[in-house]
Amino acid sequence: MTAPRTGARRTASAVVPSLVLVALGLVAWQWYVTAAGVRPQVLPSPLRVATQGWAFREQLWANTLPTLQVTAVGFGVSLAVGWALAIAVDFSPWLRRALTPLLVASQTLPIIAIAPLLIIWFGFGLLPKVLVIALVTFFPIAVGLIEGFSATDRQATNLLRSMGASRWKQFRYVRLPGAMPSFFTALRIGITYAVTGAIFAEYVGATAGLGIFMSLQKNSFRTDLVLAAVVVTALLSVALFVLTYLVQRLVIPWHGKERRRA
Amino acid sequence: MPEGGHETKLVLEDLRKAYPGLPVLDGVTFDVAPGEFVSVIGPSGCGKSTLFNVIAGLERPDSGRVLVDGEDATGRVEPFAYMPQQDLLFPWRTVLDNTTLGLEVAGMSRRAARERARPLFAEFGLSGFESAHPYELSGGMRQRAALLRTVVQDRAVLLLDEPFGALDSLTRTDMQTWLDDVRTRFGWTVLLITHDIREAVFLSDRVLVLGPRPTHVRREVSVDLPRPREIGLITSPQFAAIEEELLAVLRNGSR
Repeated sequence: MTAPRTGARRTASAVVPSLVLVALGLVAWQWYVTAAGVRPQVLPSPLRVATQGWAFREQLWANTLPTLQVTAVGFGVSLAVGWALAIAVDFSPWLRRALTPLLVASQTLPIIAIAPLLIIWFGFGLLPKVLVIALVTFFPIAVGLIEGFSATDRQATNLLRSMGASRWKQFRYVRLPGAMPSFFTALRIGITYAVTGAIFAEYVGATAGLGIFMSLQKNSFRTDLVLAAVVVTALLSVALFVLTYLVQRLVIPWHGKERRRA
Repeated sequence: MPEGGHETKLVLEDLRKAYPGLPVLDGVTFDVAPGEFVSVIGPSGCGKSTLFNVIAGLERPDSGRVLVDGEDATGRVEPFAYMPQQDLLFPWRTVLDNTTLGLEVAGMSRRAARERARPLFAEFGLSGFESAHPYELSGGMRQRAALLRTVVQDRAVLLLDEPFGALDSLTRTDMQTWLDDVRTRFGWTVLLITHDIREAVFLSDRVLVLGPRPTHVRREVSVDLPRPREIGLITSPQFAAIEEELLAVLRNGSR
C-alpha cells in the first residue's frame, strides 16, 4: 500500500509552509526584543517564554488537565445538545420554524457578560464552565447537522420513498450518512471554539485551569508565563483539531477518497 | 399485445394532475402488457417526470387510477421499482450494499439481501466489484449497479427515468444493447422515460408520444422489429421510418 506514505507526504507539504512562517515570525520577534531592549514585563522574547514555560512546566501541566477536562465535558454536552436539536428539527417542520430564530438569538448573547453571572449562579465548579463552552459551540454543530440533513438530494429521497422507506429509514439510510461530511466540518469549527471557551470561562473564575493561571500571572506581571500558557492553549486546540481528522477518517473513510477521485 | 388478449400488467386510467395554476396531466391513459417494454417520449417540460412520480406512487393524481395486475395501485410504491436519472449510488456503501438498499429498506436482513443480490453481479458485468466503492466504477458500471439495485427488489413493473442520459454515446449504445438482452431473458415489464427517440425505438415494443403540457398520450407507435435488437438495426429503413414518424409527432406537438 502506498496510500499512507502519500498521505504523510501530503500532510507534511501542508504543514511545512506554516512552520516556516512561524519560525520567521519568532526570529523577527526575538531580534526586535533584543535590539530594542523591551522590558520582559511588557514583551518577553520567545526564548524567555520557552525557558520560563519549561521551568514552570509542572504548574502548566497541572492547569492544563482541568482545562482539558472542562473542554471535554463541555464539548460533550454541546455535541449531545447539537445532535438532539438537529434531529428534532429534521423531523419536525414546526420545530424547525420554532427553533431556528432561537438558535440564532442564542448566538447574540454577550458571553462576556453572561459568564460572570453563571459563576454567581452556579459557583466555581464544573457547571458554569460547561455551560459557557456548550453555549459557544453547540450552534455550529447544530447548524452543520441541520444543513447536512436537509442537503439530501430530492431524488435520493424519492428513491428511498419508492423503496417504501419511512421517514425514519430515509433518515437512517441517507440523511444521516449524507450529513457526516458537513458534521465533521462543523465539529472542527466547534472544537476550536471549545478550548477558547474553556479558557474564557476559567479566566472569569476558577480554582484551576489555564484560564485562571493566565489571569493570575497577568496580575503579577509574568507576561512570559501568560504567553507560555497561550502557547499550550494553542497546541491543545491544534491537537484536538487534528484529532477530528483522525476520527473522521475512522467514521467516514469513504469521504476523502471519493473527493480525491472526483 | 394489450389490445388483443387484454392481458395487462399495468393500466393507467385517465390520470389527471394539476399544481396550483399549472395543469400537468390531462387524462393520461395507456396500458402495458406483461413482459412488454414501453417507452414514453415527449417535448421537454411536458410532465413526463410528474407522470412517473404519479405512477411510482410518489405523488397522488387528482383523479384517475393506476392498476397493477388488475388491482388498484394508485399512490402505492410497492408494485414499482424506480430508477431515477442519476445513479444515486451512495459513497458510504460498497457496490454490493448499494444494490441491496431496497431489500434492506424493505426489512430483509443485510445477509439475506446480499445473498440475493450477489448472484446477479456476473449478469450485470460487475463481478469482482462487490466490495468496491461507487467512485471506483465507470459511468456505465454505475448505471448497471443502479439497475441491479432496481431489479433485485423484484417488483412488478420497472420504471426507468432516462437511465442512460448521463453517459457518453458509446457507453450508452453498449448499455442499450445490454439492457435489451438482459431484460428479454428476465422478462421484465419496463416503462422507460427518455428524450432520445433512437433509444426509445431501439429498446421498445411500443413508444408512446406525449403532447405538450397539460399532457396526454398523442400517439402510440408499435415497434415491430426483430429481437434481439442488434446495433446494425439502427440504420435499417424500418427503423428510420419509425424514428421519422415519432419525430413528426413530436415536432407537431411543440408549440
